[in-house]
Amino acid sequence: MYSEKVCEHFRNPRNVGNIENADGVGKVGNPTCGDVMVMYLKIDDDVITDAKFETFGCAAAIATSSMSTELIIGKTVDEALRITNKTVAEALDGLPPIKMHCSVLAEDAIKAAIDDYRSKVKSPMAKATK
Amino acid sequence: MIYLDYNATTPTDKRVVEAMIPFYTEQFGNPSSLYTAGQEAKRAVDQARKKVADLIHASEKEIIFTSGGTESDNLVLRGVARAQKKKGNHIIISSIEHHAVLNTAKALENEGYSVTYLLVNENGQVDPQDLKRAIRPETILVSIMHANNESGVMEPIRELAVIAHERGVLFHTDAVQTVGKLPIDVADLGVDFLSASAHKFYGPKGIGFLYAKKGVRFTPQVVGGSHEGGKRAGTENVPAIVGLGVAVEIAATEQKEEMIRGRKLRDDFEEALLSAIPEVRIVSRGVERLYNTSLVLVKYVEGESMLLYLDFEGIAVSTGSACSSSSLEPSHVLLSCGYPEEAAHGSIRFSLGKFTTSYHLKKVLIVFPPIVEKLRKMSPLRDVYSYPPQAD
Repeated sequence: MYSEKVCEHFRNPRNVGNIENADGVGKVGNPTCGDVMVMYLKIDDDVITDAKFETFGCAAAIATSSMSTELIIGKTVDEALRITNKTVAEALDGLPPIKMHCSVLAEDAIKAAIDDYRSKVKSPMAKATK
Repeated sequence: MIYLDYNATTPTDKRVVEAMIPFYTEQFGNPSSLYTAGQEAKRAVDQARKKVADLIHASEKEIIFTSGGTESDNLVLRGVARAQKKKGNHIIISSIEHHAVLNTAKALENEGYSVTYLLVNENGQVDPQDLKRAIRPETILVSIMHANNESGVMEPIRELAVIAHERGVLFHTDAVQTVGKLPIDVADLGVDFLSASAHKFYGPKGIGFLYAKKGVRFTPQVVGGSHEGGKRAGTENVPAIVGLGVAVEIAATEQKEEMIRGRKLRDDFEEALLSAIPEVRIVSRGVERLYNTSLVLVKYVEGESMLLYLDFEGIAVSTGSACSSSSLEPSHVLLSCGYPEEAAHGSIRFSLGKFTTSYHLKKVLIVFPPIVEKLRKMSPLRDVYSYPPQAD
C-alpha cells in the first residue's frame, strides 16, 4: 500500500529529534486523532539552516515529516511556505488516498513553525527573552 | 514469517485441504441431485453436519451452513428481527461486538428497529445487571459475543442467556473466536443461536455455520431452493463444508492439549514483555480471557508504525489503531473499555496458534523492544495520558 520511498523514509527517517533554542516551533495534530507532529526550525537570515521533527503517528505521518524536513532545509522561509501537502506527497511517490491527511499535517507543521518564527521576529521582546 | 495473527485467520490444516480436493474434482456432484454422484456429495455434507453438531453438542437439524461468521450474524439479527416484528422491535447487543453484529444492528436501526448498545465494565465485560435493566417488553433478541476478538475477554454468556430467557427473549452469541479453540456446549451455554467460522480454526475461508435451537423462529435471508432445511438457499459449498467437518474433527481431538500449551506460551510471553518494555499494559490481563490472545497497549507510539516495523522483521500482528483501518476510527473495543483514544491508537494484538513456538515469541521479545524504543524517541508525546485502572 505504501510506495518504496515512503517505506524508506519510514524505516530511516531523516532529522529526527528537536532543536534547542529553535527559532520556530510548530505543533500540529492531536493525540486523540492518532497524529501529532512537532517541527523545529533553525533560521538564519530568513534561510532555514536546520529542521528536525518529532512525530507520533503512522508510517505516512513519519515519512511525510521526514520528507518535509529534507524539502525545507536550505530554503528561504518564503520558499518553504510555498511547499504544499501535494509537494510532500509527490516527493514520496504518492500516498494512499486515505493517508493524504498526513501530508496536510506536514504542510501545517511547516506553516506553524514559520508562523512561530515570524511572531518572534516581529516582537523583539520575545526574541530578547528567548 | 512469524505469524501471530491467528484471531484474524489461520492457515488451513493440510489434512483439511487434502479432504477437500476430491470434492472439487471427481466428487463434484450437487447434493440435490438424485443420482449416485449427487447422493455421495449429500452424504459428505451430512457427515460434516454431524461432526459440527457433535462438537457443540447440538443436533444435526440445528446446524445451518453459511459463508462464515458475518453471514451467520446477519442471518440471526435480520432473521429474528423480521420474524418477530409483531412481538417487538427492540434488539440488545454489546458495544464491543464484531462489526458483523454491530453494523447489522445499525442497519436494522436505520430500518426502524430500536437497538440498545450495552457498555462494558473496565474489564471489558457486560454487566448482567445492565442487561436486566435494558430488556423491555418489546425486546426480541440479545446478541453478545462469546469472546472478544481484540482483547480475548470472555463474556458471561450463561448468566446473560438466563436473564434474557427469564423475560422470554432469544439469545445469540457470536462464538467466532471460541469455536475450535474451546469446548462448546450450546445447552450448557444456554443460547438459542451461535455463529462460527471455519477459517478461525484451521478450516477453509468462506464457510461457517449458525446453530439455531430447534423451534426458534427466524426468517431466511437468502431465498431460493430448499437447501439447509429452507433456512439458507443456495447449492452447498461441498468442498468447504467437508473441510469444515475435518477442521472440527481435528479441533475436537487436539484442542485440549493446545489449550494448555497455548496458555503457557501466552502467559510466559506476557510476563517477559512486561519486563522488557516500560509503560506497556496488557488489556484485561487479570480477567478470564481466551488463552491465545494478548492485547498490548504501548504508550506514546502508534500501532500502525509498530505493526509495520514488526512486519519488516517478518512478524505479522494486528492493531486497533485508526491509521490501519479504512475508517480512520480507533478500536471501538478499547474505547468502550474506557481507554482514551490515544491509548487505543497504540495497541498491538498478538494472537497465537498451534504453529506458534516459544522460539517465535523469543524472536518477538528480541526485536520488539528496540522498535518501541526507536518510535518513542521519535514521539513528541510524554506523560500525556493514563490508562484506566485494572486488576492485573
